[in-house]
Order: sequence, then C-alpha cells, then structure tokens
Amino acid sequence: MRAAILIPLFPLAGWVVNGLLGDRWGRRAVAWVACGTVVAAFAVSLAVLARLLALPPGARSAAVVLYEWIGTGSVRAPLGLLVDPLSVALALVVSGVGALIHIYSVGYMAGDEHIARYFAYLNLFMASMLWLVLAGNLVAMFIGWEGVGLCSYLLIAFWFTRPPAAAAGVKAFLVTRLGDVGFLLGIFLAFAVFGTTDFTAMARAAGSRLPLGGPAATALALLLFLGATGKSAQLPLYVWLPDAMEGPTPVSALIHAATMVTAGVYMIVRMHAVYLRAPLALDVVAIVGAATAIFAAAAALAEPDLKRVLAYSTISQLGYMFLGVGVGAWSDGIFHLTSHAFFKALLFLAAGAVMHALGGETDMRRMGGLAGRLPATAGAFAVGALALAGIWPFAGFFSKEAILSDAFRAGRVWLWAVALAAAGLTALYIARAFALVFVLPPGEGSAGPAGCREGDAPRAAGHRGLAPGAEVADPPPVMRWPMGALALLTLLGGALGWSAARPGVLARWLGPLLAPGALRSSEGTHGSEAALAAAGLAVAVAGIVLVWLVYVRRALRVRSQAVQTVLAHRFYVEDFYAAAVVAPVRAVARWAGGFDRAVIDGAVVGLARAIGGGGAVLRRLQSGYLRHYAALALVGVLALLAYWMWR
Amino acid sequence: MSVPAPYYLGLSAVLFTLGMAGVLVRRSALIVFMSVELMLNAVNLTLVTFARLRGAVDGQVLVFFVLVVAAVEVVIGLAIIVDIFRSRDTVDVDDVDLLRG
Repeated sequence: MRAAILIPLFPLAGWVVNGLLGDRWGRRAVAWVACGTVVAAFAVSLAVLARLLALPPGARSAAVVLYEWIGTGSVRAPLGLLVDPLSVALALVVSGVGALIHIYSVGYMAGDEHIARYFAYLNLFMASMLWLVLAGNLVAMFIGWEGVGLCSYLLIAFWFTRPPAAAAGVKAFLVTRLGDVGFLLGIFLAFAVFGTTDFTAMARAAGSRLPLGGPAATALALLLFLGATGKSAQLPLYVWLPDAMEGPTPVSALIHAATMVTAGVYMIVRMHAVYLRAPLALDVVAIVGAATAIFAAAAALAEPDLKRVLAYSTISQLGYMFLGVGVGAWSDGIFHLTSHAFFKALLFLAAGAVMHALGGETDMRRMGGLAGRLPATAGAFAVGALALAGIWPFAGFFSKEAILSDAFRAGRVWLWAVALAAAGLTALYIARAFALVFVLPPGEGSAGPAGCREGDAPRAAGHRGLAPGAEVADPPPVMRWPMGALALLTLLGGALGWSAARPGVLARWLGPLLAPGALRSSEGTHGSEAALAAAGLAVAVAGIVLVWLVYVRRALRVRSQAVQTVLAHRFYVEDFYAAAVVAPVRAVARWAGGFDRAVIDGAVVGLARAIGGGGAVLRRLQSGYLRHYAALALVGVLALLAYWMWR
Repeated sequence: MSVPAPYYLGLSAVLFTLGMAGVLVRRSALIVFMSVELMLNAVNLTLVTFARLRGAVDGQVLVFFVLVVAAVEVVIGLAIIVDIFRSRDTVDVDDVDLLRG
C-alpha cells in the first residue's frame, strides 16, 4: 500500500519539472509531462484499487505513515495516508477526470504562451487534491485543503493581466479563507476532544468521546461544515464560485466543478462518525444543502453567461450532495459527487469547445443555432445537460434520484420537496442554456455568432490565446475525445450507484467503511422508490417541456419584471454582502489608513523632521570661519570668568 | 628698584588683547599665527610676574613648558600653513572653510 504515495507524488514531480524547466522546453514536452504524470497517478490508483479488491471487505483499510511531522507531547500529527475504499474511489475520480481535462487542456491552451505555467499549476493542483483525498488525518488533509485553495487562486487569476480575473482570484481566496478559519478551529477542537486527528482513531473513539447531540460534537461538526461551505461554495459563502469562471474553462471544469469544490462533501463523509453524534449539525448540513440547491438553481435561470450558468449549477448540485450527506446518505453523496464530476466536467468542456470556436465568447445572448456547426460539441453538451436535468438513463438521474429518495425516506419531506422543485429549475435552466446556445437562431439585436466576434476578437484573442476570426467548427481531436470519454462515463456512470437491488456497486464498495444504519429510517419499498423516481423524472421533463414551449415554440410568454429583476440580481445576496460586509470593512480600512498616515506616520515623520530641523539650525554654527570659532572660544572664556567672579 | 607688578600685568593684558584682536580680525594665516604667539607670550609674562610676586619658581617652570610647546606648535603650524599654500595658493583663513556645515 505504500505505493499509494506515488499517486500525489507523480503530479508533484510534474509540477516541479514543468515549473522549473517548462519555459525552456517546447509545448509538446510540457504537455507530455503534465498529462503523463496525471495518467500515471490514475494508473497507480487503479493498481491500489486492485490491491484493495484482493483483500476481504473488512480489511480494506491501510494507514501509511510517511514520517512524524508534528510530534510534541500529546499533539501528534504524522504525515500519513489512509488507503481505504473511500479515498481510493475519490482518487480514481480525481485522477481520472483530471487526466481527461489535462488532455483537453493541451488543445484548449494550445495558443497560450504561458502553457508551462498553466500546466505546472494544474499539476500542483492535482497533487494537492490527491493528497487531500488520501490524507490520513485532519492536519495532513489541511495541507491539501489549502493547497487546492492556492491553486484555485492561481488558476482563476491565470490571465492576471485582466483586472476581473485578478479580482476574482483574490475574492475566491478570501472567501474560502473565511471557511478555512472554521476548518482550522475544527481541527483544534478535534485535538482537544480526541487528542488526535487520525480519521480511523476518531471514527473509533467518536462513540465514547462525543456524547450524542452534545455541544462538543455539534461544535466540531459545525466548524468543519463552515470549512466545507467555503470550499464547496454553499450558502452563505458561495459568492466566489461564479466569479471564478474568469479562469480558463478546463480549470473551471477540473477545480470548480469536478474536484476541489466537492472536497467539503468528501470531508463530511470522511468525518461521518462525528456527524452521526451531532444530529443538529446534520440537519444544518441538509437544510443548507437544500436551500443552496434551490437558490443557485433559481439564480442560474436569469444568468446570461454560459459559464456562470454552469457555475450556479455546480453550486446547486453541491447543495444536493450536502442534502444527501445531511440526511446520512453518505454513499449517495459520494455517488452524486462522482456522477456530477463526470457530467459537469463534460458540460464545462463542451462550453469550452463553444468558446474555443467563438473566440472566447461566453454570453449566450450572442450565440445561437450552433448545433449545426458544432455537432460533436452539441452532442456532448446535450448528454451532459440531460444528465444534469436528471433524465433516465444518464448518471445524473440515478444519483439525484438516490438523494431525493434518501431525503424523503429520512422523513425530511420538506427538504425533499425543495430539492424536487430545484430539480425542476435545474431542467429549466440547463434546457434554456442549451436552447439559447445550440437551437435558437442568434438572438435579436446581435449579429451572427461568427460576425459578432469581430469587434471583441482582439480582447479575447489577446488574453486567451485563441485565433480571432477562426472558423466556427468542432474542436480538434485532442479536445474532442476527452469529451467523448466523459460522455461515455456520464452515460454509464449510473451503474455505479443503481442496481436492481440497492445498494449499488459504490454503496457496497464503501459499505464496510461507513457506519451502518446511517439512514435514520431506511425502510422503503420498491413501489415508493419507483414513485419517487417517477416524480423526479416528471419534474425534469416538465422543466424541459416548459423551455421548449417558452423559448422554441414561443407558445407561452413569461413576463414578470419583478421576478426577473430579483433573479438578475441573484436575490441581492451579493449586494447585501457589498453593503453589509465589504463596505464596512472598506470604511474601517480607510479609517485605519487615515490613522496610520496622520498619527503613526505623523509621529515618526514629525520626530525625524524635528531632528532634521534642529540639525539645520545647529549647522549654522559651523561657519567654517576660523575667527568665529575663536570668537566663540573667547565668549566661552569670558562667560566662565564672569561666572567665577560673580558667583 | 623694581617695576610694580600691575605694570607687568597691564602690559600683559594689552599684549593679550592685541593678540586676540589679531586672531579675530586678520585674514592671513601667518598673522593669525603670530597673534597666537603674542597671546602665549602675554600669558608667559603674567606667569613670570606672579612667580616673582610669590617668590616661587612654579610659574617660571611653567613658562619653560609653554615656550617648548609653542616652539613645537610653530613647527607644525608653519608646516600646515605651507601645505595649505601649496594646495590652494592662498593662506587666507576665510578661504579655508571646508568645515562649514
């Protein structure tokens, strides 16, 4: 099992090599190193999976301690890996999807002159993410947790000469940092409660150390969840993710859809033993998840930017995952994480192909009718969209239905209803996006897709390295076949979680690890399950039909200025933050800056000025004339004499 | 038959004042130098006068020291003045103001 350390080490080596030497090598060598290391990590993950499969289900867990990192008295935190079904499943998803996106990037970033820097960051991200999922304790996980945050910042601001990209990078870093404070406090609390942060030890000791529903368990669970809301863009810390779309599209696919943003879900499943001791915290997780799911889905409805639609969609789908783990459906949360990684990465890559064809355009109002010109891209996007909408037999259907039925069977009918409504909105917004981009003729008030780029082409081409005025066509094979592979995974991924007799493959694989009886009321008949699935499917179809009626047939006119305004401002959450958080902080900063300039600087500079002024006065005494000195000596002597005479 | 001490002291005071005035107002380094010597000798006269008055030799011994130091000082001072003249072609003390602040 020690070989598992190679999984993060390969991309780390790629980072070192590309970071140090990439600029001197050709693009081809850089691409080979970057993709090769990630594929190697995937291969090692497969080998580790095979090793685990050879073991009996109860023994599939191995701790690998690399070395004693922190060892002071009772506080011990070794740098160690935990190789078990959960971490290997995540490592496979991360390295597999990551490898496909790396290969896609070779085509997407072909025109960019900083391709070595790009792939170095991307490899560093892969190393951090794989370390995050394989880490054996919370402290080691925190290294990966911060590493992916750093890489997210670096890659969002990859085109740092564009002010919006730089600002988006800073925003993402600062907002996730808010959550990281909670995560760090959670680690400290875990040390205080358990004396260790080793996952296996904590899971074993949770029952005895944490009273059910006690303040320690609730505080620990909520602090860790705060970290998850930051990293996974949940209410109220979601605001950074839509802006993160300033980064290159493969980055959005890899970091902000498939892997990093799901770290929070993974962390909660990893810590599920603690969460089981804190029912209140679990309810908070479920409620936040459901609220985020419907909120972000609604926000996606009015968004004109293709990538931002997908960003809100990611926030919404992450909400589903948190709803799933919030009702104790650990393996279904991981299932949705996996299928979402497949279909959302596919959607982003297809969106990237559209942008690639249009010279960097992301505004859907300036697109339209592209299905004929980009048949492969349209097909890939359609597969992803159907999976996202939850249409049988795509992966998204199975995983979303699993979470919906879990919520229902856990007795959270209200949350189920909210999530069902969100599912309808999901179908609505993704069908709208598909219609605007691929089906409808280019919108009124704008020229055709090829023509409308001319004016903006230099901006996009200059920064994104895309050929201006390029012919609108499907991307090259290096970009097309990762999309094809993801489409296939999206088509087949449902088999991971759904089988005639639940639990499915994934649930059985994770079963020995996750606490049994996680679902609080798991009795459910096949009949009710089928009814729930039918309800979900009906809502999804209804959403698609509604889009067809409104946008394609124009049979219905939906006009509500108030609703549109509220949606366009995303329920004014960002405006609220700007007024309630950003503005006061700015005011304090301005005041502090003024204080610094006036008082602190005033004192320092004033003292220096006083000394300087005194010197300027005293230097007049040094006239350089001999007679002045002599006269001064005379005056001194006379003064002394006078003193002695008249004292 | 001896001259009373106040005459000596008066002469000494006159000589000292002359020397002081020379140091303060003359520009030539040589004259300034001579004025300094004048002041030294005025002080010597005072010392001898008081030594005679008190009937002790301390003051006269001190005069020998002053004479020796003055001789040494003359050697160094003249050397400096010659050097200044070589580098600046002048011995005007007002032109030598490198130490002006």
